[in-house]
Amino acid sequence: MTDRPIPVTEDELHAYVDGELPAERSGDVEAWLAAHPEDAERVQSWRAMAEALHARYDQVANEPVPQRLELERLERQPRRWVYGSIAAALIAFVAGGGIGWFARGEATTRAPLQSFTEDALDAHRLYVVEVRHPVEVPGSERTHLQQWLTKRCGWDVRAPELASSGLKLVGGRLLPGPNGPASFLMYESASGERFTIYTTKAATEATQMRTTTLDKDSAMFWADRGVGYVVSGGNDRERLAQVARAVYDQVEKSGG
Amino acid sequence: MSAFRQSVEAMIPALRRYARALARDADIADDLVQDTLVRALRSEKLFLGGDIRSWLYTILTNLNKNRRRSLARRPHFMPLLDNNPDASGTEAEGRDIARALSTLVEEQRAVLLLVVLEGLSYREVADIQGVPIGTVMSRLARARAHVKASLEGERPALRRVK
Repeated sequence: MTDRPIPVTEDELHAYVDGELPAERSGDVEAWLAAHPEDAERVQSWRAMAEALHARYDQVANEPVPQRLELERLERQPRRWVYGSIAAALIAFVAGGGIGWFARGEATTRAPLQSFTEDALDAHRLYVVEVRHPVEVPGSERTHLQQWLTKRCGWDVRAPELASSGLKLVGGRLLPGPNGPASFLMYESASGERFTIYTTKAATEATQMRTTTLDKDSAMFWADRGVGYVVSGGNDRERLAQVARAVYDQVEKSGG
Repeated sequence: MSAFRQSVEAMIPALRRYARALARDADIADDLVQDTLVRALRSEKLFLGGDIRSWLYTILTNLNKNRRRSLARRPHFMPLLDNNPDASGTEAEGRDIARALSTLVEEQRAVLLLVVLEGLSYREVADIQGVPIGTVMSRLARARAHVKASLEGERPALRRVK
């Protein structure tokens, strides 16, 4: 046979399935498949795979778009939507009891923020029990502390004023975070309860506020403009929510 | 609403589908879509024509890459919960394909999903990933071989190195 067709390559089989094969070659491929059952079986399995993918995921595209993805919202209130969701998170958090992750009223899920939130809670637990050396730079040197942490971290680190929540800045320190440096600020009330604010670079630009609880400590965390914030405290959830909100308000204002 | 915004809006369902398959977690997936939209809206003025669809897939693919990179740096990481609230009648099959996807490396999974699920051309995927078409094709071939092996319950085939 002199007009024996050029053998079909694996690339051509894929292109055939994906509709990328030049029309004039498709006859050759079909003839090849008829003569090569093993290749025909593979092509068939790729088609079945495509069907399985559509069967599994097309329903996501058919779901109504969640409110938080509406362009109007994202555009008009690029950050206030976070704020709105805070209220929901706080209510769920305070009402929910036990373990966190109520932010969206959905099934419990892990989020990327979870990893540094664990770091933050670890740091919180490690340092809040320190009596003599809880911080590297004391709160009396607030300006220096802010400048130093801002310089080392690369984003604007400001120690919020939390006097209205009855909290005084103890001071802060620099910590290793999952994506580089992290800043760590500690506050204390007259009765000795301590709260910490941890910030580090977040993988996500912005998220809703979420909550988590680990043993006797709780944290509320969110991301804003690429920076992740974790406010940790004891197990008084209402109190923590109040402090987290005060922190959020000031971060929002300073960045606005 | 501008034509730009309308085009972006029309893409949200497809972006959600792609993100869900890519991240395999409903929450993370919608975070990715949200970040993609925020970024797109912010860059409207920087967008000088071209294909909005490809551009959005590019943003989402890159955001996911960054997200995974930051996770990879963690010495330990907790397993993702198998939460598929949207699993339908073909639940078992859906779980199988989701599990098979999870065995793929990031670039291969993205190629497979962009081509098969989202119906993009090899050329478009090459542009999205910033690689030559040949690389897209070899990633696609490897992804299909892996998923096939995984669905058939084998260990991912090493013999098909190409």
